[in-house]
Amino acid sequence: MKHPAGRPGADETAPPVGAEATGLPGLRRWGAVYALVFASFLLWLVLLAALSRAYA
Amino acid sequence: MSPLDYAVLLCSLLGIAAYGTWRARGRRDLSAYLKGDRTLGWAAIGLSVMATQASAITFLSTPGQGYESGLGFVQIYFGLPLALILIAAVFLPRYRRLNVYTAYEFLGQRFDARTRLLGAGLFLLQRGLGAGITIYAPAIVLSTVLGWPLDLTIVASGLLVILYTVLGGSQAVSVTQKYQMAVIFAGMATAFVVVLTRLPAGVTLGDAFTVAGGLHKLQALDFSFDLHRPYTVWSGLLGGFFLSLSYFGTDQSQVQRYVFGASLRESRLGLMFNAVAKIPMQFFILLLGALVFVFYQFEPAPVFFNRAAWNRQLAHDGGGGALPALAQDYAAVQTRQRALIQTWLDAKHAGDRPAAAAARAGAQAAWQQGEAVRGQVKTALHAADARVAASDADYVFITFILDHLPHGVIGLLVAAILAAAMSSKAAELNALGSTTTVDIYRHLVRREAPDAHYVAASKWFTVLWGLAALGFALVLHLAENLIQAVNILGSLFYGVVLGLFLVAFFLRRVGGPAVFWGALAAQALVLALYFSLTISYLWYNLIGCAACVLFGLIVQAARGRRESRPFAAP
Repeated sequence: MKHPAGRPGADETAPPVGAEATGLPGLRRWGAVYALVFASFLLWLVLLAALSRAYA
Repeated sequence: MSPLDYAVLLCSLLGIAAYGTWRARGRRDLSAYLKGDRTLGWAAIGLSVMATQASAITFLSTPGQGYESGLGFVQIYFGLPLALILIAAVFLPRYRRLNVYTAYEFLGQRFDARTRLLGAGLFLLQRGLGAGITIYAPAIVLSTVLGWPLDLTIVASGLLVILYTVLGGSQAVSVTQKYQMAVIFAGMATAFVVVLTRLPAGVTLGDAFTVAGGLHKLQALDFSFDLHRPYTVWSGLLGGFFLSLSYFGTDQSQVQRYVFGASLRESRLGLMFNAVAKIPMQFFILLLGALVFVFYQFEPAPVFFNRAAWNRQLAHDGGGGALPALAQDYAAVQTRQRALIQTWLDAKHAGDRPAAAAARAGAQAAWQQGEAVRGQVKTALHAADARVAASDADYVFITFILDHLPHGVIGLLVAAILAAAMSSKAAELNALGSTTTVDIYRHLVRREAPDAHYVAASKWFTVLWGLAALGFALVLHLAENLIQAVNILGSLFYGVVLGLFLVAFFLRRVGGPAVFWGALAAQALVLALYFSLTISYLWYNLIGCAACVLFGLIVQAARGRRESRPFAAP
């Protein structure tokens, strides 16, 4: 049972990867969203390092 | 538990299950049953993804990890945000574009039927076993602590989940998970507030952190390169990345949660919600465990938190044996430690650094003596009865809840734990039923039939998997930490499955036969290494994935020509 990309029900109208608007204020491209998520991860790393150091 | 606790427990659990079933009633076509009505927004998707991963084990075992080993367990999640970014950017658009029911259909389109079956089979094997553990794990703890019959707890909670998963399908799972997460968040936040308010007068949050840090509970990061240490920054980043990439990107129980959102945007934002929220959430759950540890520095703590096992052994020994003496030793050590900690904090408040340092060193020594006594107790209990787990970490948080939280809140916390159990079980059963129907039954047994037939088949397969998981849970015996058991099982299979998908996405020249044999060889290697090495299990995600990719490339090179089928790239 094969489902080629063009079968009925497939998301044929989907824009190219990464092109759909994020709908987020100040973050128009998905690259910017990913960068923000990555930055929040780095922030947590720094906070955890600071916590470990402060109460070592 | 009081009648008020039981009322809170039953109202929240049955109400949510009934509401989810009602919202998703009457779905007759396969797409609506397995994919929902594709109206879910990012918040519902994000909470559903979170609820699927956060099983009852998370809320029973993780605070115990925090109590026992501190915050270091948070490192296992370091690879998660990076993995979710990759999934949102690469995996998700392809799944949505091809409009697949299961992730393994994608393998069939990219490679061949055999590789699709291999991916689906590995998923069914490890997730089927995992479903048994997720039913067993909370049941063993709750039945032990609350005195409920174990088998009845397993069967009752399992049947309730089977019922609403079968009746409502994917939509019911997602809808109920949203409210189950609300109960879970409310329960954990309440526990956090209560533990802070139960600290002795004059002990501030800063003091609690000082005590926890001084007794090595706030050491979140370990930068050592020791492969045998279970949790380091490196194993978390690398092993955790591959574990998360495989779990969120290729495990149908997760793919089914996010791929059928209202739009690509909603699905992506649901994943990004988890990428941002997961580390803080796990941090606070571990911190809750560390604060429970501090709480027990000022209150008498049981020498062994699995009190049912303790009492059973005491009764068996007829009041004699080594246990009563060890309990007395532990109580004496605790009394001395409590005085030293009070001296330490008084000296800290007075700004007397030398006195604070001396009292801290004394408290650390006393704590180590106490741990040595606890170690003797664990060894004695485990030696007397091998069914008693050597670690009592899974019993710490539930013991704290039952002994120290007010009535009503106890019911809410037990409801939170059971809600977590039900939400992850429902997603697992839903995915097992979907995969069996789409990748096995519709693919191999009956290719053309009305949708109503496949919906009925999916319901029956969900029931069968649910009953199989119940049966497995009823005969299961786990002696080690429960959350670790689930992660080990996943790590043994996830790497290879991820390797299949990475080859599919990024190595166009590798065809179906090459990746199939490469995956089989890689799985054999992972199992052989697991039974012969003692490295952290997280590394098997990396090893399995790398071996699958490498072996696939080697077999393809040996075959000397491209055999992959044309694939519609996004």
